Amino acid sequence: MTSQLRYRCQLHQSARERREESHPLTWRMRDDGVRVDLAEYVSKDGYAAVSQVLNGQSPEEVIDTMTEANVRGRGGAGFSAGVKWCLTLKGENIPRGYLVCNADEMEPGTFKDRQLMEQLPHLLIEGMILGGYANNARFGYIFLRGEYIGAARAIEQALAEAREAGWLGADIAGSGFDFDIALHTGAGRYICGEETALINSLEGRRANPRDKPPFPGQSGAWGKPTVVNNVETLCCVPSVLRHGADWYQSLSGDLSNDGGTKLYGVSGRVNRPGLWELPMGTSGRELLDLAGGIRDGRALKAWLPGGASTGFLLPEHLELALDFDTIAKAGSRLGTGLLTVVTDQQSMVALMRNLETFFARESCGWCTPCRDGLPWTVKLLAALERGEGEQGDIEMLDKLANDLGPGKTFCAHAPGAAMPLASALKYFRHEFEQGVTRPTGPAHAEPIPVGEV
Amino acid sequence: MRPETDTSENTATIASDGDGFVLDSRDRDAILRERDHFEQPQAACIEALKVVQRRHGWVPDGAIPAIAEVLGIGPASVEGVATFYSLIFRQPVGRHVILVCDSSSCFLTDYEALRDAIAARLGIGFGQTTEDGRFTLLPVCCLGACDQGPAMMIDDHTYGPVRPEDVAGLLEDYP
Ligand SMILES: Cc1cc2nc3c(=O)[nH]c(=O)nc-3n(C[C@H](O)[C@H](O)[C@H](O)COP(=O)(O)O)c2cc1C
Ligand code: SF4
Ligand code: FES
Repeated sequence: MTSQLRYRCQLHQSARERREESHPLTWRMRDDGVRVDLAEYVSKDGYAAVSQVLNGQSPEEVIDTMTEANVRGRGGAGFSAGVKWCLTLKGENIPRGYLVCNADEMEPGTFKDRQLMEQLPHLLIEGMILGGYANNARFGYIFLRGEYIGAARAIEQALAEAREAGWLGADIAGSGFDFDIALHTGAGRYICGEETALINSLEGRRANPRDKPPFPGQSGAWGKPTVVNNVETLCCVPSVLRHGADWYQSLSGDLSNDGGTKLYGVSGRVNRPGLWELPMGTSGRELLDLAGGIRDGRALKAWLPGGASTGFLLPEHLELALDFDTIAKAGSRLGTGLLTVVTDQQSMVALMRNLETFFARESCGWCTPCRDGLPWTVKLLAALERGEGEQGDIEMLDKLANDLGPGKTFCAHAPGAAMPLASALKYFRHEFEQGVTRPTGPAHAEPIPVGEV
Repeated sequence: MRPETDTSENTATIASDGDGFVLDSRDRDAILRERDHFEQPQAACIEALKVVQRRHGWVPDGAIPAIAEVLGIGPASVEGVATFYSLIFRQPVGRHVILVCDSSSCFLTDYEALRDAIAARLGIGFGQTTEDGRFTLLPVCCLGACDQGPAMMIDDHTYGPVRPEDVAGLLEDYP
């Protein structure tokens, strides 16, 4: 009984569908979902990119290929990995630093890195060795959220196998390059996923974000140059270097200027929620069709393209290519590329209350707009949800969404909370207005009497 | 001053101030091994807290100075870390910890009904422990199981989707 309820990742493409030439992230995964061990990984061209690159290419060449392939950061911000690596401080007098894999996956609606780590940890390790080489890093860390027990086990086993076989340690593949990786498991808190907070957490401190500049690539963990990349980003690296930038670009064909494939997903009330590896720039419509459409004969009302910190889009946006620039142009962000679907009978006000409660709880408390503004937002939304909103509440929410926006806080947590709110107020204002039943009350006094109302 | 420590045997311990907490020597060794993964000992702090928690179920007050001593750092920096992270428990918890995802995808697949079913079954709400010390119930951020929401964890196991009618049977497996 209990074992039937165990969570299992749902990758809805069979091994026959997943090809080496078109599914670089998932083609080695097995239909039974069992972790691909070292022997199987090597038999499927595993670590070939490491042998090839470490013995034949300079770090600069690796970075050039990555830049040309235009692998954009899959952690949500879409920054080119090649460009980031280019900016890492390297040189004679610069100490060798760190490559950190961001495996904190906690963005609500996101379940892709789990799949990669549980089933194919060697791909991540191979990507990290290559990233370490390109950035002249001496050591790598995988910063894994504490709840991912299965992924931790898979990674530990894979690290031991790789070390034993000489893919980690001194003189990898006879190239003279030394590199090893340790797993660090976290202890909760969404903010740990923000890259500078992650570095603080790795150093054993409270996970408060750090001021930028200096950027981690200049001065990160223990003051050394540190590169932070998402799991999926690093998993893209081996195939790019094995088959080249042109090949990678061609995977997305005319669909997008961003190269390669993406692990897309759908959650919410659809018939077949789960994951698919598809060309970058696949449309929301195609993805939703693969997910079998909306469940229970309901209709689609709105969707989040890539997690809680992205802006709502409407059914009419489904034709858009799911890539970074296209979704940004529509006023949202691609984020992690895993769709959260809202159906016509679900209340936007209630959903926004749920989302902002999450952001309020997970604020690290460093900046005033985030620390005080988010609980205030929750209070207003909860009142509207109960039908006890006051005149002026919606305008206040507009103002809060604005005050939480980009550039006003230390890190992107607050803007992440603002984006779904601003878009929900824009597209579904009537739902919020229905909650306003009372005249203006003391909560709207100026200045806002924080904590008093 | 702290008592002498004898590290020669498995039974050796470091006693510390506070509530008579005793750091198990195996845990001490695990913490020291973890320390070697990093440039500075402070970095092993979170893992040290987790090591203690694995043995005791939570992190008693006396563990703070004991960890600080092993790592050679100030107790205040251990305490600051211990109170920041949501999976470090500074109060006793039940034998089993239930984490129910309350994030968006699970909200949209009716996590509230799941939460209410668990609460009704156990007679506790979030942040509480059953009187028999069997379960503690806590909310958690997205468990990365959104495609099978509503999702939850009990100890090391992730479940989803879990319907209210599944709750009784599921809890039975955790005596
Ligand atoms: C509040 C917050 C949480 C984040 N959480 C994650 C996360 O869990 N995983 C992740 O890869 N990136 C996360 N990011 C993005 C990282 O800061 C960073 O941009 C990313 O790890 C860089 O890797 P990439 O360029 O390969 O995407 C988060 C950012 C913010 C502001
Ligand atoms: S924006 Fe929020 S989470 Fe980010 S540093 Fe400021 S208070 Fe902390
Ligand atoms: S939102 Fe509940 S598991 Fe992701």
